[in-house]
Amino acid sequence: MYNKPVPVPDADTEPFWSACRDGRLSVQCCSGCGAKRLPPERYCPKCHCAESEWQDVSGKGTVYSWIVVRHPVPGDVYGCEVPYVVALVELAEGVRMASNIIDCDPDAVTADMAVEAVFDAVTETVTLPKFRPV
Amino acid sequence: MWTLRDKYAIAGTGYTDYSKNSGTTVLNLAAEACLNAIDDAGLAPEDVDGLVSFQFNDSVPAMSVAGAMGIEAAQYALDIAGGGNAANLVVLNAIAAIEAGLAKNVLCFRAMNGRSGLRLGGGRDMHAHGITQFTAPFGWITYPQAMAMWCRRHMIKYGTTSEQLGILAVTFRGNAALNPRAMQRQPITMDDYMSARPIVDPFRMLDICLESDGACAVLVTSAERAQDMRHAPVYVMSGANGGGANQGDDLFDCLRWEDHSENYSAYIAHDLWGGAGIGPEDIDVAEIYDCFTYSVVAQLEGLGFCKPGEGPNFVQGGRIARDGALPLNTHGGLLSEAYIHGLNHVVEAVDQLRGDAGPRQVPGAEIALTTAGAMTVGSALVLRN
Repeated sequence: MYNKPVPVPDADTEPFWSACRDGRLSVQCCSGCGAKRLPPERYCPKCHCAESEWQDVSGKGTVYSWIVVRHPVPGDVYGCEVPYVVALVELAEGVRMASNIIDCDPDAVTADMAVEAVFDAVTETVTLPKFRPV
Repeated sequence: MWTLRDKYAIAGTGYTDYSKNSGTTVLNLAAEACLNAIDDAGLAPEDVDGLVSFQFNDSVPAMSVAGAMGIEAAQYALDIAGGGNAANLVVLNAIAAIEAGLAKNVLCFRAMNGRSGLRLGGGRDMHAHGITQFTAPFGWITYPQAMAMWCRRHMIKYGTTSEQLGILAVTFRGNAALNPRAMQRQPITMDDYMSARPIVDPFRMLDICLESDGACAVLVTSAERAQDMRHAPVYVMSGANGGGANQGDDLFDCLRWEDHSENYSAYIAHDLWGGAGIGPEDIDVAEIYDCFTYSVVAQLEGLGFCKPGEGPNFVQGGRIARDGALPLNTHGGLLSEAYIHGLNHVVEAVDQLRGDAGPRQVPGAEIALTTAGAMTVGSALVLRN
């Protein structure tokens, strides 16, 4: 039984999680000014346009910043996971997202390290985008 | 920008014991701190007609504290949904209310059983809705985990090291050793800091603030009325609140923030100093929001005490010691006095400006800075005696 937090999609975010289930990383793209954005939101923060479309991205990126969680909170949920890496990944298309760096020694993560998206189906309905070194 | 220089004052401070287990309710803590602040000002509860507080659903409404103290007519009761960012904003709201004629004497308080009750450090709820859809599923849940991400970015950009952060933890603990209010008074060494348990890289246990039960309060009034109260007034020279673009959905959310090596402070510095008519070089003592060691570095840089990237060097060499050029967190801060969410920094600044800080007094302190916040939003005050 998967006991970690799972995303509860809403009107703005459902397309993102739906794409993840299909093995695609997708970002919102403003129909007004073309700016890409994550996390999803109704209005473009640059031009305030309410219209947007979803665009698949390459899944390639670099590590902008990262942490290594050593002390698990809550302990009963993350006790068997530590140490694990959470990173802000800067996607090649210019937007950032938080995720995990997997398939990598936590002490080997470095700034600007090249990573690529992989998709982890944690439940029957939820797939999380994670990243591994290229 | 602030237009009320020296027109308002803090006339009273009050606090409870700071502990790991208060053994009483948050409402009782709030009322005790508020009654102590009223008494410190030489007033009676019926003289107070306003209350302002801030909380994360872990405290009691301002109105309920008015009732608990038997205040007959609280004309102004305001609860701000916020964390450390609001610890100076409450004072600005009190002043705004008085200036508008909505109240005369306003208590600002923060009360929580933050260790024995709802622990902010224990992680937010485990649901991943709203913005937390994009954080919690990856095990990015607690505030130390949030702030460590900012700290790492500063390290990447400027080469900041753990040893440089350690001087803040060691210095503040030394100050706390002289503070009877402080929860942690046992001095620590750099070796203690470096060998402290890793919690979330780059943070060790001693980079992270305490969790506390307790309450504190300050009484805000007009400079004119403060003249007739028990203590010499501590005047509010200036105040500012805000942050940069893309402040996010809540305090944890930094996903849209552009440059994580800087925080809110860079965006309020102009208004803060402009309103006071002075600059960072005029500050005698500073109580800087220290939920984590690193947060102090970002604020020193943002407020112009030094340039971006120079903070880690700035705090070395005794500059921030009690006898240094810029004594910092003379009470021990959130790291060693208690985590009363930053309002305890204002209490300490008042102690210093009254000359009442005992063995930790900064001689001749006339102008103090307090700050509140560490991430995308925050507030700050310049106070003088």
